[in-house]
Amino acid sequence: MKFLRPRHVSMATLRNSFDRRSMVVGGIQGGIGVLLASRLGYLAIAQNEKYKLDSESNRVNLSLIPPRRGWILDRHGSPLASNRADFRVDVIPDRMTDEAQTIGELSKLLRLTPVDIQDLKDKLEKSHGFAPVEVASGLDWDRFAAVSVRLPDLPGVVTQRGFSRFYPTGPSVGHLVGYVGAASAEEYEKEKDPLLVTPGYKVGKDGLEKIYEKELRGYPGARRVEVTAGGRVVRDLETREDVPGKPIKLTIDGPLQDYASRRIGLESGAVVAMDCQTGDVLAMASMPSYDPNSFSDGIGRIEWKMLADDDHVPLRNKVLRGLYPPGSTVKPMVALSFLEAGLDPHESVFCGGGLRVGNRVFHCWQRRGHGMVDMAKGIYQSCDVYFYHFAQRIGMDPIAAMARRLGLGQEFQLPVVGQSYGTVPDPAWKKRKYDRDWAIYDTVNATIGQGYFLVNPLQQAVMASRIASGRKLLPRLLHSDHPPQAASLGISQEHLDIVHKAMSDVVNGPGTAHRAALPMKDILLAGKTGTAQVVGLNVGNGKGGLWKHRDHGHFICFAPADKPRYAVAVVVEHGGGSGAAYPIARDVMTYLFDPTKAVEVLHDYEKQWGGTAQQRLDAKYRAYSAAYASGAPAAPSDERVQAADQAPSPNQPILNDAQTPPPEPVALPPSPPNTATPAPAINIAPPPGAD
Amino acid sequence: MSRSIVPETIARQPWQVLIPLAMLVALGAAVLYSAAGGHLQPYALNHVLRFCFFLLAAVILSRVPRDVFKLAAYPIYAGILMLLVLVELLGAVGGGSQRWLNLGFMTLQPSELMKPGIVLVLARFYDTLPASITASWRGLVPAGALIGLPAVLVMIQPDLGTALAISFSGVVTMFLAGLPLWWFLSAVGAATVVAPIAFFTLLHDYQRNRVLVFLDPESDPLGTGYHITQSKIAIGSGGFFGKGFGNGSQSHLDYLPESHTDFVFATMSEEWGMLGGLFVLTVFAILLSWGLRVARNSTDRFSSLLAAGMAATIFFYVAINLMMVMGLAPVVGIPLPFMSHGGSSMMTNMICVGTIMAVSRWQRRPTGLS
Repeated sequence: MKFLRPRHVSMATLRNSFDRRSMVVGGIQGGIGVLLASRLGYLAIAQNEKYKLDSESNRVNLSLIPPRRGWILDRHGSPLASNRADFRVDVIPDRMTDEAQTIGELSKLLRLTPVDIQDLKDKLEKSHGFAPVEVASGLDWDRFAAVSVRLPDLPGVVTQRGFSRFYPTGPSVGHLVGYVGAASAEEYEKEKDPLLVTPGYKVGKDGLEKIYEKELRGYPGARRVEVTAGGRVVRDLETREDVPGKPIKLTIDGPLQDYASRRIGLESGAVVAMDCQTGDVLAMASMPSYDPNSFSDGIGRIEWKMLADDDHVPLRNKVLRGLYPPGSTVKPMVALSFLEAGLDPHESVFCGGGLRVGNRVFHCWQRRGHGMVDMAKGIYQSCDVYFYHFAQRIGMDPIAAMARRLGLGQEFQLPVVGQSYGTVPDPAWKKRKYDRDWAIYDTVNATIGQGYFLVNPLQQAVMASRIASGRKLLPRLLHSDHPPQAASLGISQEHLDIVHKAMSDVVNGPGTAHRAALPMKDILLAGKTGTAQVVGLNVGNGKGGLWKHRDHGHFICFAPADKPRYAVAVVVEHGGGSGAAYPIARDVMTYLFDPTKAVEVLHDYEKQWGGTAQQRLDAKYRAYSAAYASGAPAAPSDERVQAADQAPSPNQPILNDAQTPPPEPVALPPSPPNTATPAPAINIAPPPGAD
Repeated sequence: MSRSIVPETIARQPWQVLIPLAMLVALGAAVLYSAAGGHLQPYALNHVLRFCFFLLAAVILSRVPRDVFKLAAYPIYAGILMLLVLVELLGAVGGGSQRWLNLGFMTLQPSELMKPGIVLVLARFYDTLPASITASWRGLVPAGALIGLPAVLVMIQPDLGTALAISFSGVVTMFLAGLPLWWFLSAVGAATVVAPIAFFTLLHDYQRNRVLVFLDPESDPLGTGYHITQSKIAIGSGGFFGKGFGNGSQSHLDYLPESHTDFVFATMSEEWGMLGGLFVLTVFAILLSWGLRVARNSTDRFSSLLAAGMAATIFFYVAINLMMVMGLAPVVGIPLPFMSHGGSSMMTNMICVGTIMAVSRWQRRPTGLS
């Protein structure tokens, strides 16, 4: 191999080679110089536009200013939900370098309790990195400033002055208005709006806040700032103001809503008040409730423990989701169907305390019997035998038709997250549902609002308002200055007058609820009591014993009796009978005519109950914090909380045996506080289908 | 300016190079001033003072006779090698890697000294090597050992950039010394085979990562690719005339990492634009062509190799740094001569300049001819 043999190399050839090779080296150096110059030209000239843009987007940070949420107003224009100026601190998990250290520092600066820290850790665990997690809001200036000045040492921490949602009456509007919270990952995935992951921005999670999210949201403002790579703001460049969301004006009367909610007191119940001329819903209260103010930063462990422990189901909106056998409150409705079917209101039947139907005896609540009973007495004395007797003659179909005409079993066009509309049973329904023929005892049960009959409190209020007005009123939540005129139901005025008189006699005459009379001489209340059995008499008598076994109390009413203006329906779950319901109805109705008088009564009660609903909730929170500290189980995700919220009524037992309706009680004193031990739930029958 | 009134010592200096060089250092100082947010401290003033000090040192160095250079070549090389070992030992004792020695008044990186050192020792080696055996193994193996020893020591510090710089200077000197061309070609061929293997075995994770990210900077825009991306943004957004002195948002808002050291060219380009960049390239072209010219004009082998090797050392710094900041090479920690803030880099490069000045001086006063 020729080139492996060393060539002859002399000093001269080396010199020669150096000259040539140094030329090559110089050439290569020059070549690389030209390459660098052209690369420079390419970057600085050809790509200049692109890199200018990149440099600007580095330098300028566009931060969104969350829009102020539209207010939710009552019919007088006072806020049920407003915004208040707020100092807040959030963390963005992705940007934190040392999570434990940052949280430790923050809890010192913000003076967080162990419960707060535990809740924060729970939230961080569930968070999705890019989405901000609220550490604290509603801070005073000192604590806010303490964090703000240390921001350079706290990567991932964001301080902000902004607005937070404020519900002045707290728990009173919980179920009606709903609450707001940070957008979940699913919500962000759906909308892809960067606003949703802007610190401090909240979306409606329930109720009206959720339904009217689009209207309430508004448009975000924007702030262009010059920032360093580390995120420190150097200076403001430009600011565009946000456009606040539109206000929503409701038909709700704010003070009445608050009054009704508080008047329910320690009971688990619902109150609906309606305007008999327009169908406006004036109050829609479900208690116990939650405080929407404290939900907006997420549901903490203590809050969840309180909700989970409460057998009164604070998360359920009982007005729309609670289904109850209506009991005797259906009797005016049944009477109207009798009248339309041609029954002479003066035709009487003898009540000896019971009626044999087939081979069973159906008892009247009044075991001693009512003697001769006509329609008026059947209503004001709530005589069951009268209805057992004539219902068999008239048949179920006209009764069911009248029930639907008056709103029972109906779903209404309302801006709510869900309604359970219950059951108005009739032969066709039973055939469809159970594939069994309608039996005579089904009619007998239905006619006193038991058996398969299930309604929600809103339907009962609609029924009361339709009986009162004779018009096909539709409940409305959105206020308008020109409410639509409701059409007539086509029920003769003569029939209505008969029923109105009898309902007035319930309260003002020889009826079952004379203590429901209004404390005003000139305004008469007309109403109807109802007591619905929950368990058979073999389990309990419905009056005492386990809370879960007590009868539901109902009352529907309207006033003034001669010229109906307002209608109210009250349900008290396991209240032990209608005696728990009508004092509430009376006071709510009193409030509509004379607020001062009504409030005095409430204040006396609240002294016994241990404060307003808000105060009791706060006290309970403190007690739970002390008892469990951070040891309570973690709250589930938003979605699960909402699912709990929307669950329909738990198993309402259907009592199809021959029944002895519970006695219509005389007015009872306000029920004592429930015992602390929760009653175990007992399922007697499978849940009825809500169809 | 007539010769009569200017002292000969001053007139004799290579002003056609030193003046552009001083302008480059001044531009560097201006950029450092801006990078410090409009302050002389901590970078700009030091930069100028260091330049003045090392320029003086270079002038003194240029007066050293060729024989002294020749005599001192091996002892200097051995001394630096000892220092490298010492650093390695101190690092092992102190725990973790260490690259410098604290001399009290300054920190010294022996690996920096080795860059001109390797050129010096190789120039001396080939100077003494009989021409007839230059193309044999005896011309290759000792030189390879002279390069390999310090390169490996620096590599395990670990300092890939400097190890490469030492190897590059050495190999260029060998190339110029007239070793057979096919050796270099087969070395390149071997390298293409060995490089992938070395890439997966010898390199540290962070070094490997840098190379990977260089190949696809967008794969990691917030990690290692961030450097390259931000540097390109700085250079590209400057345009032809730049954003103006003190208006570089990339450096001032900390988007550009190492804006005063390795990425000083990007800082400069953002504010001075392509015009500033071309000026920098021109000054380096003047400097390097001067170095090569001095080498070619030298009549003796030692001087030629010495000057050309020194020029190659400076060239390596410039080329790798500029290719890195413009996204043509992976991120290796190599500063830009005469512009980046840093004493060691200034010292090394001024030693190179001083040595070329010395060679240039020997030509005019061929007294040291042996």
